Amino acid sequence: MELVRLIFLPLLGALICSFFKQGNIARIGALVISIISLVFTIGMVCKFIPDASTQFLINYTWIPSLGIHFKAGIDGISMIIVLLTNILIPIIILASFKYQYKSPHSLYALILFMQMGLLLVFTALDGFLFYVGWEAALIPIYFICALWGGENRIQVNLKFFIYTIAGSLLMLIAIIYLHLQTPNNSYDIADFYQLKLDAATQAWLFWAFFLAFAIKMPVFPFHTWQPDTYTEAPTVGTMLLSGIMLKMGVYGVIRWLIPVVPLGFAAWGQTALILSVIGIIYASVIAFTQKDIKRLVAYSSIAHVGLISAGIFAWNIQGLQGAMIQMLNHGINVVGLFFVLDIITRRLNTRQLDQMGGIAKSAPQLAISFLIVLLGTVALPLTNGFIGEFLLLMGVYQYHIGYAALAGLTIILGAVYMFRMYQQVMLGSTNEQTSVFIDLDPTEKIVLFIICALVIVIGVYPQPILHISEAAVSNLVDQVNQKIVLSK
Amino acid sequence: MNALIILSAFAIVILYLGLFNAKRALLPVTLTGLCVALIAVLAEWNTNAQPIYSGMMLFDNFAVAFSTICIFSTILIILISKDYFERISEHVAEYYAILLFALAGILVMVSYYNLSMLFIGIEIMSVSLYILVGIRKKEYASNEAALKYFLMGAFSTGFLLLGITLIYGATGSFNLESIRGYVVSNPTSISTLFYSGMILMLIGFCFKIGVAPFHFWTPDVYEGSPTLITAFMSTVAKTAGFAAFIRLFSICFAPLSDFWMPTIVVIIVLTIFIGNITAVYQHSFKRMLAYSSISHAGYLLFATLLLGAASTNAVFVYATAYSIASIIAFAVLILVRRETGSSSFDSFNGLAKKNPLMAFTLTISMFSLAGIPLTAGFIGKFMVFSVVLSEYRIGLIGLAIINALIGVFYYLKVVTAMYFKEVDREEIAVPAYYKLVLCFSAVATILLGIYPNVILALF
Repeated sequence: MELVRLIFLPLLGALICSFFKQGNIARIGALVISIISLVFTIGMVCKFIPDASTQFLINYTWIPSLGIHFKAGIDGISMIIVLLTNILIPIIILASFKYQYKSPHSLYALILFMQMGLLLVFTALDGFLFYVGWEAALIPIYFICALWGGENRIQVNLKFFIYTIAGSLLMLIAIIYLHLQTPNNSYDIADFYQLKLDAATQAWLFWAFFLAFAIKMPVFPFHTWQPDTYTEAPTVGTMLLSGIMLKMGVYGVIRWLIPVVPLGFAAWGQTALILSVIGIIYASVIAFTQKDIKRLVAYSSIAHVGLISAGIFAWNIQGLQGAMIQMLNHGINVVGLFFVLDIITRRLNTRQLDQMGGIAKSAPQLAISFLIVLLGTVALPLTNGFIGEFLLLMGVYQYHIGYAALAGLTIILGAVYMFRMYQQVMLGSTNEQTSVFIDLDPTEKIVLFIICALVIVIGVYPQPILHISEAAVSNLVDQVNQKIVLSK
Repeated sequence: MNALIILSAFAIVILYLGLFNAKRALLPVTLTGLCVALIAVLAEWNTNAQPIYSGMMLFDNFAVAFSTICIFSTILIILISKDYFERISEHVAEYYAILLFALAGILVMVSYYNLSMLFIGIEIMSVSLYILVGIRKKEYASNEAALKYFLMGAFSTGFLLLGITLIYGATGSFNLESIRGYVVSNPTSISTLFYSGMILMLIGFCFKIGVAPFHFWTPDVYEGSPTLITAFMSTVAKTAGFAAFIRLFSICFAPLSDFWMPTIVVIIVLTIFIGNITAVYQHSFKRMLAYSSISHAGYLLFATLLLGAASTNAVFVYATAYSIASIIAFAVLILVRRETGSSSFDSFNGLAKKNPLMAFTLTISMFSLAGIPLTAGFIGKFMVFSVVLSEYRIGLIGLAIINALIGVFYYLKVVTAMYFKEVDREEIAVPAYYKLVLCFSAVATILLGIYPNVILALF
């Protein structure tokens, strides 16, 4: 029941928000609802027993004639992402308070609706439900980006929408195909895990799923929608996309790709890993040449997700554990980064690096917060990014030292382009605009304080979070490795 | 079978009402007639029907289900016809009467058990539609549409009739059961006449449901006829055509599927590609709907690849979803056109700001037509995909995906125009009837998308 409450509370909130035309009520209402769901989530984390089992299970018959159930539950892997989602949504809503968006009630209703879709994706144990959640998260973000976005929003969002729908249709076909193979006419993921398909079938199923997830993450070379969409989207949209939505792809790979088609993974996993590693280097190099700060962070996000995906395709406990905690960290850091960039952009009315400089002098608080988030992003020890990237690289290293060496470049390159950005934005000489830069106001302080605190706390003491997913991850890894060994 | 009698009787009453100039009574009487007929149809659900009128018709669950959706869609269309016909002609009574006559023909089409009844049903419907298409006597486009439709329709009826004759020549009967008996009892020695008859009937049907390469009449006719009649033709008449098609093929021709399947596969591929790709290039919303209706006919044909309960279900769900969504689209189109005088995509610019209800319902309708989850259209597409995949036709499913994507592209055009392009425009007054139909259809689309059990396992 707790899970039903968790999933449908945002939907209720969305309905409530859409009826209040006054911006302030909708805004505060959305914040309150999202904080309540955060409280629920924390309650569930406390009740959660960190073993490999699926807890808070709900299972209702939904469409009996097609064998579809409303089946959802939370295990260690889901728990972390559900936690991430419900931590970030209040932060994102709070971060949007600075803006006077037109028709705010629709904006907040869409955000909450998207939250429901995301929670469905992260908890679904039924293929159909997973797909419905997958699309239910896409539609609101499409409207958010296209209604409140920048100048080129129409074109850019069309590309984004068509791209993701293409991926998800392939996934839909794969899900229906798997369903037709189950002996008892079901979409249950447990039944999908039981299937014994031959390697050739699994190979095309692998690609059908992988494309959907790779587009969402995005993995090179399916990333071309991402920089444009991030740049054109309003800051809320960018935060939702980068902080939470791309985790749908990562989560999909862990839950719905590799365990469902282990032989397909055995055949093609290395290709996927190579693509991820190429993505890391490619995106880092491009990030280095960017003049637009939002675009720079967009590319850096591709690089970081590339490392997460490489760690998963290495498929060992370290890599996966790293991916789990890094998903959380990346979500927090990237939201923090985009928020800082938003503060700067809003005050200077520009995103160009060469028109900034010396902000640290007039805004020391911002400079400190920015630095902390930045250090988390470049994975300095004692910040949250460090433990994640360390585990990820260890995972890739166990797979092959060469890939680890290449993937490790992300830390160096990341430091280079991030610090270069910091230097050009915050340090150096001031110009007319930056010399009168106003420091953080109370709302901004709250948001950045929460984010910085998370960066440091998780960096110093990551054990509780690692512990949540440990049992589930090692169980999953064993399960898949056994299947691969058995087939040989 | 009372519904057929009720509809015909009401149609005649309405003609007399027109004669006595009781214009106000027309709409209520028509609606009453439709509601009574709907109840009469529903009363026959699960009554274990036997062929009636010397084996001419069989009002089984299949017929009940398809009659229900046809009558129901007609009710929705009639509801938005208030003030519509008055604007374009003085002979209002004839509209309602002829629509009811067409519906009577449709009832025959979905419940026939004898090929002669099939022919009679199709003719009753078609002749009514020829008149309705051309009812704006003084308008050039309407005349052109009527003439085209009549010539093409007469032509295709010729094919159909010749096919029926040949099949009669081979089997010695018009009765569906006897024809099936012939096919089952002579698996090896089926006469060439029968095969030719089958192909001719297939061609005749393809004309009627407007699938490629027999679709050339559709865009012009849909564009030239009054929008409400277009709505009727592309929803009710099309659904009925498919019901008749499936009835014939699943009862009589199912054992010979190896023979006609390749033909249908080619037709499907042509249809969805021609429909979708041409729809992309349209500037007029109405014409886009016409081409998209061609591609939807292709998806509906997909379901016939696997004859049986699953495919009938898929066709029923798909047709229901498609009809409801199309009615929203046409209703909004009528209002926009009344205001702006144009049916191009540009005339939808900025609609969301002034008319949020219209924009929202049209968005739901477009999402449903595009097959996005949480709408009825998704369930329809999902079932069609399941049917195709259960036949292991991976190549076809690939084509279906490409087309679904193209569909998303052009359906989003109007959503983009309404929400993201800002233009100063006047608020369009939405009459109460329209509000009712729009809200009802939108809610139905979403409810069927979330909880489709109601219509899912009928057969």
